[in-house]
Amino acid sequence: MANKQVLLIEDEPHIAEAIRFILSRAGWGVSVLGDGAQALQRIAEEGPDAVILDLMLPGRSGLEILADLRADAALSELPVLMLSARGQGRDREAAARAGATDFLAKPFANADVLARLEAITGGGAAYTETA
Amino acid sequence: MARPALTGTRIRERRTALGVKQADLARAAGISAAYLNLIEHNRRRVSDALIERIAQAMGVDPVALSEGAEGALFDGLREAAAAAEVEGAAQFQAPDLDRIEEFVGRFPAWAALLASRQARLAALERVVETYAERMAQDPFLLTSLHEVLSAVTSLRSTAAILVETEDIEPEWRTRFLNTIQEESLRLSSTAEALVGYLDEMETAETGLSSPQEQLESWLEARAWHIPEIEEEGADPAALIAAAPELASSAARELARQHLIELAEEAQLLPLEPFSAALAELGPEPGALAARFGVGLGTVMRRLAALPPGTAGLGQPGLVICDGSGTLTFRRAAPGFALPRFAAACPLWPLYEALARPMQPIRALVDMAGRLPQRFLTYAICEPRPTGFDGPVLMRSTMLILPAPGGTSAAPARAVGASCRICPRAECPGRREPAIVSVA
Repeated sequence: MANKQVLLIEDEPHIAEAIRFILSRAGWGVSVLGDGAQALQRIAEEGPDAVILDLMLPGRSGLEILADLRADAALSELPVLMLSARGQGRDREAAARAGATDFLAKPFANADVLARLEAITGGGAAYTETA
Repeated sequence: MARPALTGTRIRERRTALGVKQADLARAAGISAAYLNLIEHNRRRVSDALIERIAQAMGVDPVALSEGAEGALFDGLREAAAAAEVEGAAQFQAPDLDRIEEFVGRFPAWAALLASRQARLAALERVVETYAERMAQDPFLLTSLHEVLSAVTSLRSTAAILVETEDIEPEWRTRFLNTIQEESLRLSSTAEALVGYLDEMETAETGLSSPQEQLESWLEARAWHIPEIEEEGADPAALIAAAPELASSAARELARQHLIELAEEAQLLPLEPFSAALAELGPEPGALAARFGVGLGTVMRRLAALPPGTAGLGQPGLVICDGSGTLTFRRAAPGFALPRFAAACPLWPLYEALARPMQPIRALVDMAGRLPQRFLTYAICEPRPTGFDGPVLMRSTMLILPAPGGTSAAPARAVGASCRICPRAECPGRREPAIVSVA
């Protein structure tokens, strides 16, 4: 059966590559987008199980994208893990207010990305069997 | 600076210089010799009425007894008291400001030390604010820090993958090693730029005084007159280069703009004919402006930039503010206190002029103090040229001169330096409570 899908929206190619490697090896299907402007369209097209969203993006900020997601009835519950290179309380609070499911400050431990993603999607990369 | 200073010490000095015995002066002033002795040793506060009587008995001006060079010291001590109050420590006990004179009189060295520590503290706080502002807003710092964190994030994740993934494919290994190489170079070049930037910031931009204060203290050290600028073709850059006091690039830029304007005004109002007209007409900006066909603001600024000792002028004060009310230039006249950090008194004619552009204002003002001093002020608000489509930028200029003789009975506007240190009760312009006792 198919594994869970995550859309990673991150403009730093090396960070995106590392996250993709870690999540792929854990069984996740990972697609990567490096620009904020196309984010909503890609989410609508791909219908991922979760989004990992960088806060500072070219095109459109992660907070703006998140606000639009939360305003959309179909996407308002989509789990979103927010990343930021500015780990201060202010960013963390702004992300929480905008509706982020969880927040991770850069630099992070690889294991943390995976653990947080699994926590907000209710388990590992494989879909849980439901009766 | 008009501040109650060591009145007792001054009374004793004057009395001794005049060869008057303590008992005789006491009798003439209607007090006991023992009481005068306490006053002369700054152990007793002197009422305004008593100062008048003592001054009369000695035949001196009461103002001469009530103020002196200690004005800055008193201001410093008041600032220290205000700062401690603002910090709001639970156990803070407000110092008795009424006894400030006694404190300075009995412990002059300790008082000077406290005031100098307060000045140092205020300067350091400004440095901290500068750094904090920089850190929060400086686009170069923000971008650099983002670059550093991004590079570190890449390095940390990539290195961990290489260490923790035992069965990594050779192709991926090569790719990640290249990433480490690239991100290391990025990190080192960003760090290098950042260090260079911080070094420059430390040496040039964080002096203990603001750029405006650096400019003003440089001008003050030159008695507010720059002879070199009187010559046609004077070079502001050379003057600035020879002024190490102008430590920051911002101060040097302010100085450049100031010197260019001084030079332009020196050309419009050449020293010799302007001084001759001043001697003839007196320091009346309206008459001088009409004689030379220039604006009132130009005349006022020129008057405040003439050589010290120019006949008929005395020591003028000059303040200039922009449309926001921010003081952009401060030359204090003796006895007319100018606030260092706080906003000034809203009752100054300077601000009235701001509300009535192009209308000249002449007003007698009484500067608050134990013995208020009277000044004649001239103010005008004029637009700064910005062209037809430019923003409206106004500049208000106020010249401060000692009140001429014969005006002591005329009605005058009651003003102060700044609310915090102004004793005037019931002031319609008061913004915040005073830290001195209000009369």
